[in-house]
Amino acid sequence: MTITAQAVRRDAVKAPRRRGAMVAPPWLFAVPALLVYAFVVLYPALSGAGSAFTDWSGVGEQRSFVGVDNFKQLFHDDQALGALRNTLMLTVAIVVVQNGLGLLLALGVHTRIKTRMALRVIFFAPVVVSPVMVSFLWKYVYNPSPDAGLNAVLGAVGLGGLRQDWLGNPSLAIWSVAFTVIWQCAGYSMVIFLAGLEGVPAELLESAMVDGAGTMARFRHITWPLLAPAVTINVMLSTVGGLTLFTQIIAMTNGGPGYATDTLSTVLYKQAFVFGKFGYSTAVALVLAIFVAAVSFIQIGYLRSRETAA
Amino acid sequence: MRTGYRPRTFVLEVVMVAAAIAFLFPVYALVTLAFKDPTQIANKPLSLPDPPSVGSFGEAWRSASLGSALLNSTLITASSVLVLIVLGSLAAYFLARTATRLSYSLYILFLVGIILPFQLGMIPLYQLVNNLGLLGTYQGMILFYTGIQLPFTVFLYTGFIRSLPADYTNAALIDGASHLQAFAHVIFPLLRPITGTVLILNAVHIWNDFFTPLLYLGGSGRETVPVRVFAFVNEYTSDYGLVAAGLVLAALPILLVFLFLQRYVIRGFSSGLKG
Repeated sequence: MTITAQAVRRDAVKAPRRRGAMVAPPWLFAVPALLVYAFVVLYPALSGAGSAFTDWSGVGEQRSFVGVDNFKQLFHDDQALGALRNTLMLTVAIVVVQNGLGLLLALGVHTRIKTRMALRVIFFAPVVVSPVMVSFLWKYVYNPSPDAGLNAVLGAVGLGGLRQDWLGNPSLAIWSVAFTVIWQCAGYSMVIFLAGLEGVPAELLESAMVDGAGTMARFRHITWPLLAPAVTINVMLSTVGGLTLFTQIIAMTNGGPGYATDTLSTVLYKQAFVFGKFGYSTAVALVLAIFVAAVSFIQIGYLRSRETAA
Repeated sequence: MRTGYRPRTFVLEVVMVAAAIAFLFPVYALVTLAFKDPTQIANKPLSLPDPPSVGSFGEAWRSASLGSALLNSTLITASSVLVLIVLGSLAAYFLARTATRLSYSLYILFLVGIILPFQLGMIPLYQLVNNLGLLGTYQGMILFYTGIQLPFTVFLYTGFIRSLPADYTNAALIDGASHLQAFAHVIFPLLRPITGTVLILNAVHIWNDFFTPLLYLGGSGRETVPVRVFAFVNEYTSDYGLVAAGLVLAALPILLVFLFLQRYVIRGFSSGLKG
């Protein structure tokens, strides 16, 4: 292998081109991918953004331009405003708790404990299961009956007073949904943090220990700054996941009770496929898209600056 | 850090194992539920099934038509991932090895697709797919997944190809190979690590996706596992034992694959997102 590689390099030096220079592949290579991408993503997205300014019903081609009416309506629509608030609350809860737990789990299994490999597999396993199935699993755990799921456990350990209608109580339901997402995705954060922890040089930690730095000091001054790239990825992923949350809501509460757990994604889905207001639905989608893009840019900017500062 | 097994390590071990047991409680509840008959479910919700009954599994398998759903999911996932690997690696090879303004703009154009929520184009695309007669077909789903996952796939491949030396292809080209031959015989085999990551991340995503198959395949008889499970659970919602058995059966295939390939899957998820 080494010999051939050297031979190739010697040949390349003799060849008229500079060593290591690129021979550009034909642009035809990119055409199939570009066509499919344009058809499935670019054209529909542009068309969607355009129809946000129309009263399109989704049936036929008939549509008239209504300016920003759909957006005005959005800001006077209690369901949409509630959905916006719910989406933001869910996102904050998921980003903070999922990544906090993910970090604790990663720190816990990045040690000498004997069960560390088995625990990684256990905590990560829900990530590969469909969110629909995880949602139904938790729907049973949140069973309102006092002798089933979580309520039965609370009763069994003498905490019967804490029994709740987890998904039926409007002020509690959204946190119950958030916890389901966190349970499923904490393992995802964990493996990304683990990859970051494996990149922290052991010599650095050892020399700090020799200098008398305690566990907390070592974490704060060495591990945490070096985890910055893992934090960036985790926060980005969980933010976009939270902002576009759909499946878990549809499977567990369908937005209820009332509108208590509707998110932007469930509202735009219902507006389009239940009420046939496609123009309005795409206006909600455009607001969601702008949110996701804005949050992504702000976070990339802020978190990257933290990475370079570290 | 790495100072052997001390009393502190033992305390941590106990704490972590306790956390794992609490973490697994919902799974325990579901699996035991699947093995209980209705009387046991009502009277002993938390105990182990005694005696265990397996009747619910057969009934759930038939009621949810899980056999054909698994077939549909396998077909759609495998085909989409295959097309994604071919189109994605070819495009990325061009993007990574061409330093023109066109190729750079094209690369940025692909990256835009990563942060664009698909909800924005959801309805126009639905119309488009409908007009082409692709609603309720495998081809429609494969086309959709290829398009929607291409940005991420191209991003992963481009980053990887940029880190490879250009010498190999040049040598092959000097030897008279065409660009396609050089790609197929020299470049593509070198991409094996990133192809593994692309395969795992896309396969898990496509296998578990719910929203689009619900929209495109609902009522077609070609529903994937999550869509069938959704319909099944909503139909038998109060028959806990049956629902639990259906969920266990539906989740089992991907969990088994995960257990066999755990090392690769975890590595794929933790490395695939680094630029």
